[in-house]
Parts: sequence; structure tokens; C-alpha cells
Amino acid sequence: MNTLAPDTFDVSVARVTDAPVKLDVQELDFFYGKTQALKGVSMPFAEKSVTALIGPSGCGKSTLLRVLNRMYALYPGQRATGRILLDGEDILRPGVNLSMLRAKVGMVFQKPTPFPMSIYDNVAFGVRLYETLGKAEMDERVEDSLQRAALWDEVKDKLHSSGLGLSGGQQQRLCVARGIAVRPEVLLLDEPTSALDPISSAKLEETVTQLKNDYTIVIVTHNLGQAARVSKYTGFMYLGELVEFGDTASMFTRPATKRASDYITGRFG
Amino acid sequence: MPAEHTVRAYDEELDSVTAELSRMGGLAEAEVADSIRAISRRDVTLAAAVIDRDARLDEIELEIERRSVVLIALRQPVADDLRRIVAALKISMNLERCGDLAKNIAKRALVIAESDPITPLTRSIERMGELVAARLKEVLDAYAARDDERARAVWRRDEEVDEHYDSIFRELLTYMMGDPRTITSSAHLLFVAKNLERIGDHATNIAEIIHYEVTGEQLTDARPKLDLLER
Repeated sequence: MNTLAPDTFDVSVARVTDAPVKLDVQELDFFYGKTQALKGVSMPFAEKSVTALIGPSGCGKSTLLRVLNRMYALYPGQRATGRILLDGEDILRPGVNLSMLRAKVGMVFQKPTPFPMSIYDNVAFGVRLYETLGKAEMDERVEDSLQRAALWDEVKDKLHSSGLGLSGGQQQRLCVARGIAVRPEVLLLDEPTSALDPISSAKLEETVTQLKNDYTIVIVTHNLGQAARVSKYTGFMYLGELVEFGDTASMFTRPATKRASDYITGRFG
Repeated sequence: MPAEHTVRAYDEELDSVTAELSRMGGLAEAEVADSIRAISRRDVTLAAAVIDRDARLDEIELEIERRSVVLIALRQPVADDLRRIVAALKISMNLERCGDLAKNIAKRALVIAESDPITPLTRSIERMGELVAARLKEVLDAYAARDDERARAVWRRDEEVDEHYDSIFRELLTYMMGDPRTITSSAHLLFVAKNLERIGDHATNIAEIIHYEVTGEQLTDARPKLDLLER
């Protein structure tokens, strides 16, 4: 039997060579109280590219996402050690302005979370926290954000009706519009299509594909096909460790580790 | 072989495609071997049987294609599963071509049987045919065992077939110049040799496909290749 089978490595983390690294996670450990949820994760996120995080439930992928904008700091007993360099600056060090950080690193959650206000105000809400814009400028910002989120055509005639009246897929794209309205540099998407129908999912994927020209995007997904379709790089996590990271096309045609291979081909998980 | 899929039916579907391919490989091997025998023994009954049996290969190729397309659509295979399906599809196409070439050799066997034998030349063709049939068998064995080492051994030895073809070509020219009555048979034997050379190329292709299936890499080194026209 041949011995060159590619899936013989235990762990394989490729380097990003074709784009600058926007976010560089180095030796990250994370604890929920006494439970260690991330173990020595080191992983680069390439600028203006989509990186997907995949792995079975409980593998730490959503935890990693929540650490990237220090969402965890809202909860007591949760702590992270290691370094996360955003443009070379460690965002884990004390004294980092968290509201500025979250303006730079936006997030969209699994379930659509529109505010109980108009579509327009949903998008403008975050902008008003950070900037003072005139009406014309704000109108322009709202339109631009809705355009980028591929929602504009569907809502342009009812901007002042409630965001809660939209369909699930539209609500999720509204949350994307809200997330990008504050002009973040990084956009974190936590299973953004898990509550959506296939057509809405496809529209959101198209949105993500468009957004990657301007943003660094990290997407956590259980849908392997989606990871394959939208991302340039993929990280496979298991039991709190990063098992494999590399170019998505390689990961899905010739994974380097047996664990990643078994997971993506449906042999465990 | 790796562990089973969580969805067992997926394994059964994958296995059914490769099982069909093994059956096809056995048939193609027999077609090639019998077509050479039909030439060397001037056996018109065997030649007719070879021609007749080719339709089976076409049917199996279509069946493999049908099952693979369904599997790709319904299971979205990735990684080694994807390579396995892509390899099966490509190998089946190569085997189907081998069958066509064997059928063509058999048709020529029918014509050659009507002329006087050119014994030494037939011997040369027979030797080349045996070499090609052995290569085909070896590469199909390598496929059954998913043995990249053996596949690459076949791939490296392609030159031997080219050398045979080259020398038969020169031999044929000598006969045709020496005795115009041999021209009909010789011309047919030239095509037979060309067909054998192509079957050898298909064996080489299959070796490349096996290498891809097993390793995920493409064989890119320059293979030793003799070309009559480049001398």
C-alpha cells in the first residue's frame, strides 16, 4: 500500500503568503471558568479574504470568533491568554478601547437580531454611536450599506417601516448592513445562514463574496459546502485545537490531516 | 481504505462505482488480449467475438458515468471521496477507448486473415501486443490495490512500447518496399501497431490518474517519450 497518502499529518497549519495578515492569532488559550475551550491556537487571517472556521459542535470555532472582538469580556470568569495582533497591535492587552475595537471588528450572529426600529434606523444606529453625520451623509451611508449587503433593492421603498417586518433572510442581511455601516475592517459571521432558507443563504453568500473586496471576513459555519463556496482559507478545529489550516481548495481536495479528511468527508463528527 | 462514512449508503454507492470499474477493467484487458490473439492466430471467430463484446464496455462506461453524476449531485463528495469518483470517471473513459482500439484491431484481423501471412512481422506485433496487454494488466492491478508505487512503475516504462512501435514501423517499410504484395497487410499491421501504442498511452494515463487519486497530486515530471517524428 502506498505511503504517500496526504492525510498522514497530525496537525498542519499553512502560512498565508499571498496576502497581508490582518489578524494574527498566536498561541491563544481560552477558559470558561476552569474549562479550557481553546488550546494554543495559532492562526492567521488574511486581509480582504474570507476565512472559514469549521469543525464539529463544541470544537471552539464560535469561541475563537468571540475572542476576536473580545465579546467574551462581557461575561465574568472568561479569560484569554496569548496574543491576537490586529494590524500588529495586540487586542488582548489591558487598556484596549473595547468600543473602538468592536467598531473595527464587527459581528453578525446566528439568528437575525434586528432592533425593534425602522430599517433605516437599524443601519444608522451604530453609525450614530461613533460619528456625527448630516442627513445627506447618513442617507448615503445607509444606502451604501444596504447596497453592499444586497438588500437595497428589496427595501428602498420602505426604509421607514420596521426591520422586524422583513423575512428571516432579509433581517440577516439587514444585520450585515448594520455591521458594515460603521465601516469595520473585520467582519465576523457566526453561522449567518443557519436559520435561513436556501435562496436567502445563497443571497447572503453572494453578499459575503462581494464584501471580501473591502473587508477581512471570518465565517463560522456548519455548512461545509458554504465554507467551500465562500472562503479562500479554511481552518478545521477539533476539541479546542486548530488541526488544519490552509487554502480552501486544497483542504477540500487533498486535506493534509486525517482528522480534517474524516470530518469533511463525513466519517465522523 | 479509510473508515466508513456516517451515512453508510454513501459507502455503498462509492463502492458500486468502483466495483463496476473493476468489472470494466477485466473486460477491457480481455478485449485487448483477444484482439492480439486474433491477429497472431488469424482467428476470425475470435476477432468477431471481440467486435461483438465492445458494446458491453460502452454500456458499463455509461453506467459508471450515470452513477458518478448522481453521486456527485446527491452527496457532494470532497477530498479522497471526490478524487475516487473523478478517478473512476476518467479511468472508465480510458478503458472505453482501449475497447474501441481493440475492436479496431479485431476488424483489421479479419482483413489480414484474407492475405498471405507475413510471419516475422506478426511475431513483432504479437510481442508488442503482449507488452501492452501486460502494462494494462499491471496498471489495473495497481488501481485495485490503490498502489501508487506500482502505478508509477508503469508510467515510467512507457518508452518500451514506443521503441517497439518505432522498430515495427521500420520493419514494415522494409517489407512494403521489398514486396508490393504485402502492402495491404502491412498497412493494416501498421495501424494495429499504432492502436497498440495508443492503448499503451491509455495505460500511462490510468497510472497518472491512480497517482492523483492516491496522493492528490498530479504527475508532472517529464516522462521519457520517444517520438518517431522528432528524430
